[in-house]
Amino acid sequence: MPSAKTRVPAIDGWFTLDDDAPTLLGSRCTSCGTYAFPKETFFCRNPGCQGKEFAEAPLSRRGTVWSYTDACYQPPKPYVAADPYVPFSIAAVELAAEQMVVMGQVVPGVGVDELSVGTEVELVLDTLYEDDEHEYIVWKWKPVSGGSEVSDA
Amino acid sequence: MPDDKRVAVLGAGMHPWGKWGRNFVEYGLAAAGDALNDAGVAWTDVQFVSGADTIRNGYPGFIAGATFAQALGWTGARVSSSYAACASGAQAVSNARAQILAGLCDVALVVGADTTPKGFFTPVGGDRKDDPDWLRFHLLGATNPTYFALYARRRMELFGATETDFAAVKVKNARHGLENPYARYRKEVTIDEVLSSPMVADPLRLLEICATSDGGAALVLTSMEFARRHAGTDKLVTIDAVSTVTPRYPQTVIEMPNFSTDSAASTSTPGPTFKQSVALAAYEEAGIGPEDINVAEVYDLSSALELDWYEDIGLCKEGEAERMLRDGDTTIGGRIPVNPSGGLSCFGEAIPAQAIAQVCELVWQVRGQAEGRQVDGARVGITANQGLFGHGSSIIVAS
Repeated sequence: MPSAKTRVPAIDGWFTLDDDAPTLLGSRCTSCGTYAFPKETFFCRNPGCQGKEFAEAPLSRRGTVWSYTDACYQPPKPYVAADPYVPFSIAAVELAAEQMVVMGQVVPGVGVDELSVGTEVELVLDTLYEDDEHEYIVWKWKPVSGGSEVSDA
Repeated sequence: MPDDKRVAVLGAGMHPWGKWGRNFVEYGLAAAGDALNDAGVAWTDVQFVSGADTIRNGYPGFIAGATFAQALGWTGARVSSSYAACASGAQAVSNARAQILAGLCDVALVVGADTTPKGFFTPVGGDRKDDPDWLRFHLLGATNPTYFALYARRRMELFGATETDFAAVKVKNARHGLENPYARYRKEVTIDEVLSSPMVADPLRLLEICATSDGGAALVLTSMEFARRHAGTDKLVTIDAVSTVTPRYPQTVIEMPNFSTDSAASTSTPGPTFKQSVALAAYEEAGIGPEDINVAEVYDLSSALELDWYEDIGLCKEGEAERMLRDGDTTIGGRIPVNPSGGLSCFGEAIPAQAIAQVCELVWQVRGQAEGRQVDGARVGITANQGLFGHGSSIIVAS
């Protein structure tokens, strides 16, 4: 039966709800070009820049795994875990254009055995948790199927 | 080193680490009492109380300086209370040192203590969508071991570290802590026992991740002049450097509790990493280098993280930590023993006390009083530690 629940982002303004090609929404300093995620709104992190204005910056949808792990035990609140708990993987992913690393859960069903440093991944949307009326959506990383692995070592 | 750049450590004291379930003030009081006795200084002679704070014990924890001062009996001493997560103790030491070096006081008491809940550390409660520490649990399910595991896996893939190497760190530290009366875990473990303990955050297993503990630690710090007069000798244990640096932009290594690193897109080549800069600043301040170090106490939140510290405090080059470990260099009896106290591996973490406890151990080491775990000829030691959100912590102790 299709879900009648309303899909809402688990946090507002951090990513687009575009199912086909979602992007994380960072910021870019209009003075020095520095990226930030989550968005910076009132100061530029670059100590050599006095910038106070920022453009919304959709971040690269693909990156390579910097490192990865999993959560064998249920994380404590405020994580909302399924019952029974299902372990998941987590990856820190390097984005080439932005020259930054962004964390995310890895899509369900992908264990650490299927990941390595350099694995190419892309951003997807998935349900983080749900209640009676809503599905709360979050970004996750998904290995690019058939993608080649590159090493950054 | 000139007297106006260093302070004397006249006393060190600790309450044993454990899961005692009592009020944190009790542990701090016991540690303070021991430190004062060790120094031969009366509480009423302390002019400055420097508390390391805990956020886990209600309002008194947030204002630990005054909490301990009241528990010891109000004397009107000046006070400060420092919170910097795991680096709180270093901040408290730094404050006390600054007061002494500024000539504002001669005798300071530094105290930190904590009572912790069981299991994973969790963020401050409520619905806190503007707090990255809250959000990383909520949106990612990223616990502290998540971050430790990212570093561990990276070591494996870049430098060829093995699960056996990580287990060997635990085995070493467990052996080091056997005779330490303040350690919570005093039991030898084997590689097989470590490797058969449950996986928590791949590749890290339960026995490789530090527990959360109750405990307390304290130091009596004084001006050099006071110490010479009081002790009647020039042979003093001193604190020669206190590094409390923040990271330099761009911080390109993912750090707890962040979702991302800084972007390096708009800047020149990044300099030292944060962890490297923490110790570099301490060496620079003390006017020495890693080659002068005889013993180190580093923050082994995980077994694998200890290996990162070998490199970050300059004991070896990047990628060589596993070789140091395998060669026994960092075992007591080796070239530069690391964590002779047993480290967090044997203690578990009592957050505001931990950076102070590291200094206590070095004080006992350079005095030659570390019974059952003494590093031969220990004269200069370094601590290294790091507090959430970018609080560096490294202290150099010398005799």
